Amino acid sequence: MTCIEARGLGKSFRSTVALSGVNLDVPEGRIVGLIGPNGAGKTTALNAIAGLISYEGRLRVLGRDPWRERDELMKDVCFIADVAVLPRWLQVSEALDYMEGVHPRFSRAKAERFLAKTTIARERRVKQLSKGMVAQLHLALVMAIDARLLVLDEPTLGLDILFRKQFYDALLTDYFDRSRTILVATHQVAEIQNVLTDVLFLDRGQIVFACSMDDVESRFAELTVNPEKAAAAKALKPRHERQVLGRSVLLFDGADRQELGALGEVRTPSVEELFVWLVGTRAGQAQGVAA
Amino acid sequence: MNSASNVMNQSPAAAEVMGAATVPWGRQMYWCVRRELWESRSIYIAPLAAGALALIACLISVARLPERVRAAGALDYAQQLEIVEKPFDMAGLLIMGATFLVALFYSLDALYGERRDRSILFWKSLPVSDTTAVLAKASIPMLVLPLLTFAVSMFVQTIVLAATRAALSGGGVDAQAAWGHFSLWHASWMLLYHLIALHGLGYSPFYAWLLLVGAWARRLPVLWATLPPIAVAVFEKVAFNTSYFGEFLMGQLGGQTHHATRVAGSMSMDSLSSPPPGEFLTNPGLWLGLLVTAAFLALAIRLRHERGPV
Repeated sequence: MTCIEARGLGKSFRSTVALSGVNLDVPEGRIVGLIGPNGAGKTTALNAIAGLISYEGRLRVLGRDPWRERDELMKDVCFIADVAVLPRWLQVSEALDYMEGVHPRFSRAKAERFLAKTTIARERRVKQLSKGMVAQLHLALVMAIDARLLVLDEPTLGLDILFRKQFYDALLTDYFDRSRTILVATHQVAEIQNVLTDVLFLDRGQIVFACSMDDVESRFAELTVNPEKAAAAKALKPRHERQVLGRSVLLFDGADRQELGALGEVRTPSVEELFVWLVGTRAGQAQGVAA
Repeated sequence: MNSASNVMNQSPAAAEVMGAATVPWGRQMYWCVRRELWESRSIYIAPLAAGALALIACLISVARLPERVRAAGALDYAQQLEIVEKPFDMAGLLIMGATFLVALFYSLDALYGERRDRSILFWKSLPVSDTTAVLAKASIPMLVLPLLTFAVSMFVQTIVLAATRAALSGGGVDAQAAWGHFSLWHASWMLLYHLIALHGLGYSPFYAWLLLVGAWARRLPVLWATLPPIAVAVFEKVAFNTSYFGEFLMGQLGGQTHHATRVAGSMSMDSLSSPPPGEFLTNPGLWLGLLVTAAFLALAIRLRHERGPV
């Protein structure tokens, strides 16, 4: 079953186009990374999926229209906007009481188990917790919900590396299974690369690249060309090219690695590098046009 | 994914049908109201503090009561009653005044505060509809605060009454004739009626207006809540040299007292006057007000749906 389905999804804020013509199919059981530069439209896309903003085009999340059916949809969807949205006056025990009171799929016992692994005291208020603890609390609340889709918007923003690692470890080991779907937007691509099953690159309101992680590894190769083989390498139609310390570095999509190996040093680019290749080059082109 | 959906495996659990888990609306509502009490502790602290203050003031006043009743003349029952009742009424007024202010400030901040601190993103990530959330907030000034005011007032007045009786009999004053006219049961019925009729229903358009402004304003909701009505009144005065709008508003704020408890110009709980609920319920102003309340609340629900953090 398709978890998220978008056709021609668009959103404008007055004269600014935040999203335009986004087509998307996310089946269940995937962990999808939504990656894009600042202002690319990540938050807009996630807010539309979580039913927080209206949109143009067609969008179905678990078969529902998020804008019209937010409260029904939220029984099966969890959303962490960012670490700052838990109200500061809320006591940890109150948060548990409230969730238990209003959410049909919230398990207090589960939340208590997650919290037991932290040092968060029940009588503390959110304003008395550190940033990392607030993120842990929010994650504990969310992971205790038996949801089918988890939407995370920069969930680890402002946290140190240890908290970030713990956050994703908890998500993977304690939460994720093949019946759930996770959609996460982040800048810290490198840290979640191993967690993801798929990546989406968003740039200026459009999806410019969508691929499974397995395919990223098999399809893309970065070749640092031996100078004398430059002409031969370029004949293989690289997707992009740049100069590093006087040597040509080429990005190939779907080229034969053995063939490339004869021309220089071949390696698989990380998602972050691929992002810089594919989106950075686009930005450079746009600036070139603008200039 | 748009171009790569074919490479993603369909999960075996995909065919699972969503369970029909629901939480009864009443339970959600209950927890939403509890949530408001957690957030705005002034809802119960203010009436309790006002009640404590009123209690202390009344008890001090009661100590001098026998002397004053005696001075008023043992046979003048009306005057006796007035002296005995005065601290009573003042205590009620103090508590009501405090909760009225709390109701105003609460209403203005209820839908604005959650947008200002971005916590609306958290509340909206839960399966609670905007209607439930807004109605829970509206119930605080329209229902919870009047009932709390009633409970605190009754508590204070019962103690003051006992103290008054003890002081009078201890002071050797025979005020039995005056007590003959005074009934605590009747006074409390009057108070409850006054609170629900005027503070709950009569003021509801004002509370709903403040909720609406809080849901709408991007900044300075207090200005948006107050300046437009003032502007309309001033405009009317300058343009037509009339003041219907201002009088209408003042009438809604104070005039309903007359219909509610028939004690024009004061909020006295004079036990000698009896409430005419018939007159109150047939007053078109009340129904017009309730209609306005409903319209404002419907708009506030819509705005909460559409507007995000400020």
